[in-house]
Amino acid sequence: MTLFILRRILQSVIVALVMSLIVFLGMNVIGNPVDILVSADASQRDIEEAIARLGLDRPLHEQYLYFLRNALNGDLGVSFVSGQNALSAVLTRLPATLELALVAMALALLIGLPLGFLVGLRPDTLLSRMIMGGSIVAFSLPTFWIGIVLIMIFAVQLGWLPSGGRGPTTTILGFPVSFLSLDGLRYLMLPALTLALFKMALIIRLTAAGTIEVAGQEYVRFAHAKGISRWRITSIHILRNVIPPVVTVSAMEFGNIIAFSVVTETVYSWPGMGKLLIDAIRLGDRPVVVAYLMVCVLIFILLNLIVDILYSLLDPRISLKDAQP
Amino acid sequence: MTAATKTRATPKATSPWALFWAEYVRSPVAVCALAGFLIMVLAAALAPWIAPQNPYALETLDIMDARLPPGSESMTGLVFLLGSDGAGRDLLSAILYGMRTSLLVGVVSGLLGMAFGVVVGLVATYRGGRTETFIMRIVDLQLSFPTILVALILLSVLGKGVNNIILALVIAQWAYFARAIRGAALAERSKEYVEAARAQRLSHMRILFGHILPNCMPPLIVIGTLQTASAILLEATLSFLGVGLPQTEPSLGMLIANGFESMMSGRYWISIYPGIVLLLLIMTINLVGDRIRTILNPRSNG
Repeated sequence: MTLFILRRILQSVIVALVMSLIVFLGMNVIGNPVDILVSADASQRDIEEAIARLGLDRPLHEQYLYFLRNALNGDLGVSFVSGQNALSAVLTRLPATLELALVAMALALLIGLPLGFLVGLRPDTLLSRMIMGGSIVAFSLPTFWIGIVLIMIFAVQLGWLPSGGRGPTTTILGFPVSFLSLDGLRYLMLPALTLALFKMALIIRLTAAGTIEVAGQEYVRFAHAKGISRWRITSIHILRNVIPPVVTVSAMEFGNIIAFSVVTETVYSWPGMGKLLIDAIRLGDRPVVVAYLMVCVLIFILLNLIVDILYSLLDPRISLKDAQP
Repeated sequence: MTAATKTRATPKATSPWALFWAEYVRSPVAVCALAGFLIMVLAAALAPWIAPQNPYALETLDIMDARLPPGSESMTGLVFLLGSDGAGRDLLSAILYGMRTSLLVGVVSGLLGMAFGVVVGLVATYRGGRTETFIMRIVDLQLSFPTILVALILLSVLGKGVNNIILALVIAQWAYFARAIRGAALAERSKEYVEAARAQRLSHMRILFGHILPNCMPPLIVIGTLQTASAILLEATLSFLGVGLPQTEPSLGMLIANGFESMMSGRYWISIYPGIVLLLLIMTINLVGDRIRTILNPRSNG
């Protein structure tokens, strides 16, 4: 077990190194590193000075080690726009994005799981067909467009909810959060729902398919034959085998939600790191883009690592020796 | 044997295509979706002839016509069925032309991504050994990152433009095809007909593309359809975010983005109508893809 975890951690470190190399090469081979590290209005002498100071006249592999050493020290350059350390600019925006993503994930699971379960138990009723039809629509909905539609209905026409921003926050454990106050919730609701819709559709379909499969299995029929109450069979025998794979997929999809929050945050002006990324791309603020990228890479790698380890702990059928090539 | 086959199939439907079609039409929803999709393709293809106005001919636009509600009449007497946008363009014409761009980008990048992913995946599986391990590691690595992030980063380096967005979409999506073809080719690789072809000393190229590839087509068609839908969605999203297509080439995503600004003042139509068309476009492709998957692989009905 320990060996498996150690091996898995080693693999993650290698992936992190490969990704840092790709980001580094992307900056240095495709883009001009001087543009990235020196602001555009610098004079020729400044530029030469910077090239010497940053070691850009040295061979590429030495430069990469230099980039890596700086990155490990939390130095990924300075934002052209705010003059702030790029990495800390991204990190200060991280809690807002994480909160949005977590609430969206919770919404998707809380609504998606019961609906999918319902469909799976009685696939042929009118209600089930409507839920499945709705999930296909939600699957095809452009996230940004449904965001606009929701703003138009609930903020512009009805005036019930604010159209954007984060509103007041409550500080807990040093992090500002929205979900603890009623006013904060009003700001959080629409963006979280927008972000949740796509995943909700995915979870409904997964749960429904899983339920249909499990409900048709031998042991369920056997339980019926034994005369166990229908309620007990659905709530214990079936549900327990449906939930684990859905939760695993959801955990893996969490990275996707963080990436897609770029869109939701832009529509709702939610002050998370996704909005920061779009602003940075538009303004050509390369250090911030690089910092966002590295933070995201680390989040995804950590997420994959946690899912793998949890999965191997939860499911005894997975052989630890040759799990994951 | 032949007698048994004849009794099962209807007299008309004997070719695999006819059998497929007979199965397809059994779902009315899928037939409607296909019809709707074809109508939209036709409308997009014929846009220059059926659109009431050429939305790119800036000299014919009048700023006095900007943001008129649906049904109002322009300065030149043209009726804006779906209203007009911020530049005084007829929204219906803009949607027709936008659909053209969206479809073009989606289909071209879907096909190119498929071609690239299939060639790489097929060669990797056929060669086996280290080549296969190496290429599949790359595929796995890329698939562990969300497509939208890969595309966003590529575009931030490449810059806006039709060619750039197609390139970004191809790079962001090829791995899905590579993984799909590998799954199928892995099963085919060890079958007898491949061994027979090898024994005949046919060239590798011929075995790969003449023998193995045709047998891997079913999953590819399904993935290709669904990935085209997601390419259109992705392009719209990127254009909405302002990193996709340039203003001179307005796709549906950009029309929605432009309308977003005037929406706060209650001018809903500029964002809503292009969005409905985009939704219909993606949904019809998804429904068609779903139906094809059900027919080709009845077991994976998820």
